[in-house]
Amino acid sequence: MAVIEIKNVAKRFGEYQALQDINLTIEDQEFMVLLGASGCGKSTLLRIICGLETATEGEVWIGGKRVDHLPPKDRGISMVFQNYAVFPHLTVFENIAFGLRMKKLPDDEVTRRVERTAGLMHIDQLLQRYSGELSGGQRQRVAVARALAMEPDVILMDEPLSNLDALLRMEMRAELKGVLAESNTTAIYVTHDQVEAMSMADRISVMHKGEIVQAASPIEVYRNPAAEFVAGFIGNPPMNFLPAAPAGSGQWHVAGQVIEGPQVDRALRFAVRPEDVRPAETGLTAVARIVEPLGAHLLVTCDIEGEMFRAVLDSDLAIRSGDKLILAPQPDRVRWFDPETTKAVA
Amino acid sequence: MSDAASVSGHSTNKAGRFVYVSGVVLLCAWVLIPLYLLLVNTLSSPEAVNSFPKSFLPGFDLGSLEFFAGFSGMLVALKNSIIVAAITMVLSILIGAPAGYALSRFEFRGKEVFRLLILLTRAFPLPLLALPLAVLFIRTGLDDTAFGLALVHTTLAVPFAVLITFSLFSGIPLELEEAAWTLGCTRLTAFTKVVLPLILPGITASAIFAFVISWNEVFAAAVLTIENRTLTAFLLQTLSESPLHLKFAGGFILVVPALVFIFAVRKYLFAMWGIANR
Repeated sequence: MAVIEIKNVAKRFGEYQALQDINLTIEDQEFMVLLGASGCGKSTLLRIICGLETATEGEVWIGGKRVDHLPPKDRGISMVFQNYAVFPHLTVFENIAFGLRMKKLPDDEVTRRVERTAGLMHIDQLLQRYSGELSGGQRQRVAVARALAMEPDVILMDEPLSNLDALLRMEMRAELKGVLAESNTTAIYVTHDQVEAMSMADRISVMHKGEIVQAASPIEVYRNPAAEFVAGFIGNPPMNFLPAAPAGSGQWHVAGQVIEGPQVDRALRFAVRPEDVRPAETGLTAVARIVEPLGAHLLVTCDIEGEMFRAVLDSDLAIRSGDKLILAPQPDRVRWFDPETTKAVA
Repeated sequence: MSDAASVSGHSTNKAGRFVYVSGVVLLCAWVLIPLYLLLVNTLSSPEAVNSFPKSFLPGFDLGSLEFFAGFSGMLVALKNSIIVAAITMVLSILIGAPAGYALSRFEFRGKEVFRLLILLTRAFPLPLLALPLAVLFIRTGLDDTAFGLALVHTTLAVPFAVLITFSLFSGIPLELEEAAWTLGCTRLTAFTKVVLPLILPGITASAIFAFVISWNEVFAAAVLTIENRTLTAFLLQTLSESPLHLKFAGGFILVVPALVFIFAVRKYLFAMWGIANR
């Protein structure tokens, strides 16, 4: 039962500004993902919430209590680390029981909680093993079980799946989402993997250069990116951009075509997702450069007036490198960005 | 080396192997033959040790060792050696381990310089320091005491204690400690519940190494003690007038613990050198 409020948090490492003016409220039982490239400050923010790092400025509130001067143990949080951090000198049972024993819970309560969370994470057969006898995936399960056994208000996860191989990651992703939804805890999950973010999050905070660029639901972040960075970071392949020149009263010249857009009197950038264009009679004139059949689709990298433009097309289309294509963007999926502020323009 | 040789054909392979094997044999012989002779002579009767020609097989006669034990002052010196080495062991861990922890966990100004300075404490030859130290010790009343000598030995052993524990602590991921903090530990309880159990074998090794350094040290012991001599200093003093079998027995008593201990902790010493070479 905990709302997390982050107020004006900034972090400097010497001259380096790692975080600036972060304001974020995470609702009770919300699954919030902090998404960004490495070095964007997402882990630093998580560690500030956790108490492993202190903010240079600002406040952190958990469950209506200011916690930024409390040590991690007094914040009502649990953390799952990227490298699992399973204690090698203890059995799986004692690992999961570690925090409970620190709380001085009675033995039968410890056993009950360990067995319950171990069952939840499907490691009840491994309780007497040591970390050295476990696979990476099993260790990750121990780390999650250990965090869950604390029955925390907030569970923090720092790239918990990034050390697992692709198949296991997909499996754990779904499992983790299910377990966390049932546990009624607020969760903050740091990742650089947009697929992980899209598939797990209630809300995604996209971070870039120490700032939160957009905090919204996955589909909102995908459909209506607040800035060019978000548009270029989310989606695989990412959004396409083309320069647009005003043609008067909401009309815009884009690659020789006139397209309807916002009523602004300065140059903008036209943007559309690769899957939101179709071959048509009229539209943007493109020359196919690289054609990659992906099974379900055809990924065509083309050239529109010297700009790179990717299109995801039906795989039945017979397109070869060098072919001329006319691509029509789906009007309601077109977005516009101000090249100076890089922010979205409605 | 054998990898490179196996690539470059049969004859060079053979030659390379020959050089390799003979190198190993020579080095082993260089270390083992004196030890063997020491062993043979220690386990022979005093008469056999002093006679000629010598036997190359041990007689399994404890005469020499009995004589050694009965030699006046010898057992006291042995006891002194153990006391001094034990104090050195405790002090160098108490001082060295926190320093090693700080070096591996905290960033502070002059950290690299500090690491270098630690090694530099070994750069001053002890004879240079012996006279001022002796004067200082006489003034403070520390001369001719086990504690005073242990202090000197501690300064010799601390650099190694720091470097060994530094590499031990560095080998323990910070995340383990952080995980403990999030699970209800303070900095201290995280240390005692997580870090300490993990490095205990290494700390033991480091302690044993400090013990051996003190055990083997002869110069400071000879200069700073008169009545309460350690075994090394005592043997040095009596070397010229003592019979051959006593020297052998004393040598054996000195070498064996050092050898056994170093063999037991060799893994951790390699770790230290690996770090120190960087």
